[in-house]
Amino acid sequence: MTDITSLSLFELIKNIKEKKISSNEAAKSFVDRSQKSKKLNAYVTENFENCLKLSKEFDNKPNYDLKLPGIPIAVKDLFCTNEVRTTAGSNILNNFVPSYESTVTQNIWNEGGILLGKLNCDEFAMGSSNETSFFGNVQNPIAKDLVPGGSSGGSSSALAANLTPVTIGTDTGGSIRQPASFTGTVGLKPTYGSCSRYGIVAFASSLDQAGPMSKDVKDSSILLEVISSFDKKDSTSIDFKRNNYSSELTRNIKGIKIGIPKEYRVDKMPDEIENLWKKGIEYAKDCGAEIIDISLPHTSYALPTYYIVAPAEASSNLARYDGVKYGLRSSGESLIDMYEKTRSEGFGEEVKRRIMIGTYVLSSGYYDAYYLKAQKVRQLIKKDFDEAYNKVDAILTPSTPSSAFKIGEKSNDPVSMYLNDIFTVPVNLAGLPGISIPAGRDKNNYPLGLQIIGKPFDEQTVLNIAYSMEEKINYKNNITDWWME
Amino acid sequence: MTIDLKTVKHISKLARISLEEKKAEKLADDMNSIFEFIEKLNELKTENVEPLTSIAETTLRFREDKITSDNIREKILKNSPEKK
Repeated sequence: MTDITSLSLFELIKNIKEKKISSNEAAKSFVDRSQKSKKLNAYVTENFENCLKLSKEFDNKPNYDLKLPGIPIAVKDLFCTNEVRTTAGSNILNNFVPSYESTVTQNIWNEGGILLGKLNCDEFAMGSSNETSFFGNVQNPIAKDLVPGGSSGGSSSALAANLTPVTIGTDTGGSIRQPASFTGTVGLKPTYGSCSRYGIVAFASSLDQAGPMSKDVKDSSILLEVISSFDKKDSTSIDFKRNNYSSELTRNIKGIKIGIPKEYRVDKMPDEIENLWKKGIEYAKDCGAEIIDISLPHTSYALPTYYIVAPAEASSNLARYDGVKYGLRSSGESLIDMYEKTRSEGFGEEVKRRIMIGTYVLSSGYYDAYYLKAQKVRQLIKKDFDEAYNKVDAILTPSTPSSAFKIGEKSNDPVSMYLNDIFTVPVNLAGLPGISIPAGRDKNNYPLGLQIIGKPFDEQTVLNIAYSMEEKINYKNNITDWWME
Repeated sequence: MTIDLKTVKHISKLARISLEEKKAEKLADDMNSIFEFIEKLNELKTENVEPLTSIAETTLRFREDKITSDNIREKILKNSPEKK
């Protein structure tokens, strides 16, 4: 019997259904491995004892009709979990214990999943390296002192290190796809409105979207099927007919038209990314896809647009953290003084930076010049995609402009950190589904990812292309367990 | 355009975040480099473009104004820094 923790979700479910592995055995394996992996700093809050208890309860009264029968799963600490501390990686929520459950996690528990723990992330999901977390850096299991990407960095690290069979992250500008790319794993950001935002600590409400992260494409299709649902509790949740993503998954993509946007060939892009993209195009052709050159003319305006829209929405969303009803409270001489000290001590540098930018672009006299302007450019970016989709079914690009970098390498230069999201941000601005799949390695043997972007609500095509290409690429992570105690 | 120290302090007041003098200087530098990058949007003419305010093209739904949760008063109060 191979090690339980190295199984894919699909294999683990199969083994549990065939009664070859019990839920409790699975839980023990993941808990044990997680306990030996503290050096990764992937967890903020462990739920190990409760997970073991619940897995026993599942085994005593198993229900094999569920989609995730007794499967232990760790989730990003941005999802509110009833009676389990939820910090969003921030000091200001250090002691916050929700009295309700996010819809996405509730969907997982309803299908038999069991909470293993809460995973580290950049503070309020603002970051691309997990370095802005109040709870410290996370190690990438690929190599020591390498960032796991962000903001879902605890999720990508735990997944690549086999501490959880699958996980969920959230993606506002690339926070699922970029960490997946940095760790040799699969990450899918669904269409805006597919997965409920209810109970997810809000960052930028018009961009935030939850999605699956997994070791292979099939596992993402299984998890997407569970978490994607129409939810009355989220006013932007969309009621559309969702596919049975895993059973409709096929490698037959013959005749599918895939667009290659010339504007993604950015200045100073390393040769290895360019080569990876070329290889990706060949793989797509081998799979039977037709390759078509397309243009997305406003691509270079996406990042500047994002860095107005996202901070503006964040400054508004984060106004609620004032030390009054919950979270950290610092003492002050007056009410205003208390607010100001609480927010100064409770938020980290990056979060403060973004609140300041957001406050500025929304302030009187600047709203039209910045926020309104950005919303107009956002329209142009979306129209680029609308037009491209008259000609193609999906779009293929690199996931990131570089592989994972060292901890500390970019943390002093916000703009260079922001450039990480250059290929992922347009997808959020246009509300489209996008997946990152591992597709190769750089000169240091660090993983590199390719991104497939789809039409709105067409996650199935995105998954099918990824599933087909994954077989041709045949990428395998080479993890040495260097961090194990 | 440059954001000076005075503006940074004004914005920090609006945002209700207290700032030490040294940090305010660093923040002014950071904000200036970010805005330099954002200024790129001025290359585009957008007079006749409709702003995109929401990607979900739905009208907001109404719901009945009725209580759906149980009495969770104690649970909520547990999170408050102080209570009477």
